Amino acid sequence: MSFQFTEEQIKRYSRHIILPEVGGKGQKKLLDAKVLVIGAGGLGSPSLYYLAAAGVGTIGIVDFDVVDFSNLQRQILHSTERVGKPKVESAKMTLEALNPDVKIIAFNERIHKENVMDIIKDFDIVLDGSDNFPTRFLVNDACYFLGKPLVSAAILRFEGQLTTFDYRDKENSPCYRCLFPEPPPPGLVPSCQEAGLLGVVGGIMGTLQANEALKLILGIGEPLVGKLLVFDALTTDFNIVKLRKDKKCPLCGENPKIKELIEYDQACDIHF
Amino acid sequence: MEEIKIDRELDLKGEVCPFTFVKSKLILEQMEPGKVLRILLDYKPSVENVPKSMREEGQEVLEVRQIGENLWEVIVRKVR
Repeated sequence: MSFQFTEEQIKRYSRHIILPEVGGKGQKKLLDAKVLVIGAGGLGSPSLYYLAAAGVGTIGIVDFDVVDFSNLQRQILHSTERVGKPKVESAKMTLEALNPDVKIIAFNERIHKENVMDIIKDFDIVLDGSDNFPTRFLVNDACYFLGKPLVSAAILRFEGQLTTFDYRDKENSPCYRCLFPEPPPPGLVPSCQEAGLLGVVGGIMGTLQANEALKLILGIGEPLVGKLLVFDALTTDFNIVKLRKDKKCPLCGENPKIKELIEYDQACDIHF
Repeated sequence: MEEIKIDRELDLKGEVCPFTFVKSKLILEQMEPGKVLRILLDYKPSVENVPKSMREEGQEVLEVRQIGENLWEVIVRKVR
């Protein structure tokens, strides 16, 4: 009689298997799951680390940037000796060293209108850890059209935000555009390069993104759908604000105006 | 005493906690409800821990018995 796992896997995942809510069946679901992470930066580092450690079997990573010294204050997937290397390559090295069960698919490219559907279509869940509005809107719209759950997080200074849009249930889930109908005018929100950020905020919010993904894969707990979690690192307050589906939403409302992908101009050079 | 019909046997001699429970659980997950698993253990702490964890998961522990100098059997019926 077989355990359906190797001896090494039984040891590696024993703390999962012991959990009544996970077990061997849940661990199998994780190994069969395919998760795409947009950005191997401040949010992607912890989410990718935990997804790989958890044994999510196929992980896609999209990033076109290279590792820079200014990333290392928070982007824990990378290291000093990897400065100058493509981030997806550095991430792949770290994650494969952590868990050889995981197949990493690296997309060393910028997401745009022509490639976004192709990149996303084979994955079950998408985590957005990008740092710019054009990417966020494009990824959101693509996930909406493809009916993929999107776990969205954002970080700035001492604050983090998190919510899950479950586009498998478009009737009930609000969408990113219910919250932000369109990108803010350039200059209104500080760009990635101007804005400061406490490194651990990415660690906390990215870890919560991984938690959302694991719950969705395992079908346990309650995903953060219709709720926006706001974290303040200075007070250590976590607040949850209700998100409602907007009937006038240009994407998911009663009379949607947006029926195809839109590519907005980049407000600044992008560094995940 | 009525003889218990054993459906599957799992020899976990040489295994320690928590892997005695982990391996028992992995086998039990593949069995149908109502079926009975007999587990052989030679690690004393597991003789307490495996039945305890099985009960916590809602399974029915039918028997915990020393059957040799350093050998125990735990018999579990799968409930769910």
